Amino acid sequence: MGNDDSLLIETSGLTKIFGSGANRVTAVKDVDLEVKEDTIVSLVGQSGSGKTTVARLLLLLIKPTEGDIFYRGEETSRYGRKAKLKYWRNVQGIFQDPYASFNQFFKVRKILKDCYKLFDSAPSGSIKDRQIKQALEYVNLDPDDVLDKYPFEMSGGQRQRIMISRAFILSPKLLIADEPTSMIDACSRSNILNSLLNLKAEQEITINFITHDMGLAYYVSDELLIMKDGEIVERGNVVRVVENPRHSYTKQLLKDVPTLEEEWV
Amino acid sequence: MNGSEKPLLKVDKIKGFYREDFGEEVKAVNGVSFELNRTEKLGIAGESGCGKSTLAKCISGLFNPPLEYVGGSVFLDGEDIVGLEAEKLKKKIRGRRISYIPQSAMNALNPTAKVKNLVWDIVKQHNPEAKRRQAIEKARKRSDMLNLPERVLDEYSCEFSGGMKQRIIIMLSTLLDPDVLIADEPTSALDVSTQKALVKMLKGLVLEEVAGSLIFITHDLTTLRHATDRIAVMYAGEFVELGTVEQIIFDPVHPYTKALISSILVPESGIREKELEVISGKPPDLHNPPEGCRFYPRCDSADRQPERCGRKRPEMVSYRGRLVRCHAAKEKVTANNGEEASRNGK
Repeated sequence: MGNDDSLLIETSGLTKIFGSGANRVTAVKDVDLEVKEDTIVSLVGQSGSGKTTVARLLLLLIKPTEGDIFYRGEETSRYGRKAKLKYWRNVQGIFQDPYASFNQFFKVRKILKDCYKLFDSAPSGSIKDRQIKQALEYVNLDPDDVLDKYPFEMSGGQRQRIMISRAFILSPKLLIADEPTSMIDACSRSNILNSLLNLKAEQEITINFITHDMGLAYYVSDELLIMKDGEIVERGNVVRVVENPRHSYTKQLLKDVPTLEEEWV
Repeated sequence: MNGSEKPLLKVDKIKGFYREDFGEEVKAVNGVSFELNRTEKLGIAGESGCGKSTLAKCISGLFNPPLEYVGGSVFLDGEDIVGLEAEKLKKKIRGRRISYIPQSAMNALNPTAKVKNLVWDIVKQHNPEAKRRQAIEKARKRSDMLNLPERVLDEYSCEFSGGMKQRIIIMLSTLLDPDVLIADEPTSALDVSTQKALVKMLKGLVLEEVAGSLIFITHDLTTLRHATDRIAVMYAGEFVELGTVEQIIFDPVHPYTKALISSILVPESGIREKELEVISGKPPDLHNPPEGCRFYPRCDSADRQPERCGRKRPEMVSYRGRLVRCHAAKEKVTANNGEEASRNGK
C-alpha cells in the first residue's frame, strides 16, 4: 500500500450470499478491488456474473455477507446514518434501469432539487435553479422541456441523462455507473459517454463503470476487471487485458465479442 | 440476383401509420421498398423509434389498430398479401409462410404450458389434420438442431434461461418451415457468447432451408456484420441506405450510416484513439417529419445544401453499387452518367 492517498475505495474479501439452504446463491465471492482516484475502472462480465451486486454493495444499498468496503481507509460497515449520508455525498450511482430509479410521483424539478438535501450547506434557491439548468444543458436536455415532466413521460435515454445531470449537481468523488448506456442507441450512447468523460475531466470524478460491453469498457477505461460467477478472474491495465488476455474466460469473452475486422468463427 | 427469377418477397412502397386520438397520425413507416430472394439474409438497422418493428408488422400484414395500412404492397411469390382477408392471412400466411418473432417474445411464452403443448397448439392451428405425434417428433428434431436438450419439450418454459427461451421461440416459429423468418432484436437481451451461438443457429436454419430467408432486425450493426448478407439502414420511417455488408460497414455513403458506423465501439486496437462522433439533435417527430430530407436537420455533411436538402425529399438512387437516399449522392450519379440514376431508385 505505497500510495495510499490516491486509493479511493478498496474492498477486501467482499462476499454476498443471497438466500439460504438449497436456494443459496453466492452472487459475489471474495472480491478484492481497488479504485484509485481520477481513474476509470471497468467491471466487465456477462449477465448473472454479479456485477450489479458489486455496485449495490459499493453504494451501501445492501450489506456484504463477509468482507468490507473501505472508503479512504474507513470501514464503511461501521457507518451510522449520518456517516452514510456523507458517504452518498461522495459516492453516487447511475443505474442500469432508468425506469425504476426515480420516484414516479415527483417531477424532474423535485428529483433534482432533492439532491441538495445531501449537501452540508445548500445554496440559495436561485443558485439551485441556475445549477439545475446548467446540469440539464450539460447533458443536452432542454430545461424548459423536462423540468416539469414526470419520469414516465420521458424516454429511457432522457431518464439516463437525468441521472447523469444529478451526478453533475452532486459532483461526487466516485461515480458508480452500472450499465449507464444499456438502453440507448449507439448514437445517443456516444452522447452519454462524452458527457461522462467530460464530467470526469472537469470535476475530477473517479468512475467505476459496470458493463457487459467489452468495446465500451475498452474505449473508456484505464483498468479492467473481468468478472465471472461472482469472482474476479482477471484484472489489469485495459490495453494489456484486451490485447494479451491471460485467463481462459477472458480469451473466450474476447473471441465472442463481434468485431468489424474479423469474421466470427 | 437481378435476373429473371422472381424475388421471394417484394415489398413495394409500404406505408403504415399509427392513428392517434384527435386525428393525428405517426408516420412510422413511410414508403419502404426492398426485395428478398430465397436463402438471402437481410439486416435492418436503425435507432429506436425509427420504425423497424413497425416495418416488420407491415411485412407480416399485422395491421392492428392503432397501426393502419396507408399504401403499398407486399408480394410473396408474386401474390399481394396486404389485400388478403384477415382470416386467410392468419391461417395461410402468417406463421406458416411469414413467421414474425416480435421483440422479447421469449418473455411471452406461456409459463403454465409444457413446451410440447405449445408446439401442438401452433401446428393444430394451421393444419387441422396434423398428427400430434408427428408434430412433436418434428419439434424434437428441430430442438436438436438448435442445441436444446432432449428434455426441453417435456418441461415448462419458465424453467429455462433467456438464451434457451429464445431458442425455444425460434424452434416454435420455424416449425411450419416459413419462407420468411423475421426476427426482431432476437439477440439484444442475451450475453455475447449466447448471441454468437444464436446468430450461428439462425444462419444455419437458412442454410438448411428450414427457413426460406431471414430478416434480422436490430440496432446492433456489429451483429449484422456477422449475421446477414445485406443491410438496410432505416431512419425516421425510411430506408436511407441498402447495400451489402461490406458496402455498409466499410464504405458507408449516407451521412447517417457513416455516423452510425463511427459510433460502434469494438475491442480492437486503434479504437481508444478514436473520437466518438455524435449526431446532434434528436430524431424527428414522426407526427410531422421534415419536409425535405428527413436527416437534414441533423446532417453535418459538407455536401449539405439548405435549398436542396431542406426542401425536397430525396429519392433512393443507385450509387456505387448500393441504394442510397441522399441528394448529394444523386447529384454525383447524375454528374457521372445520367442514365444509371433511377433504375432501381423509384
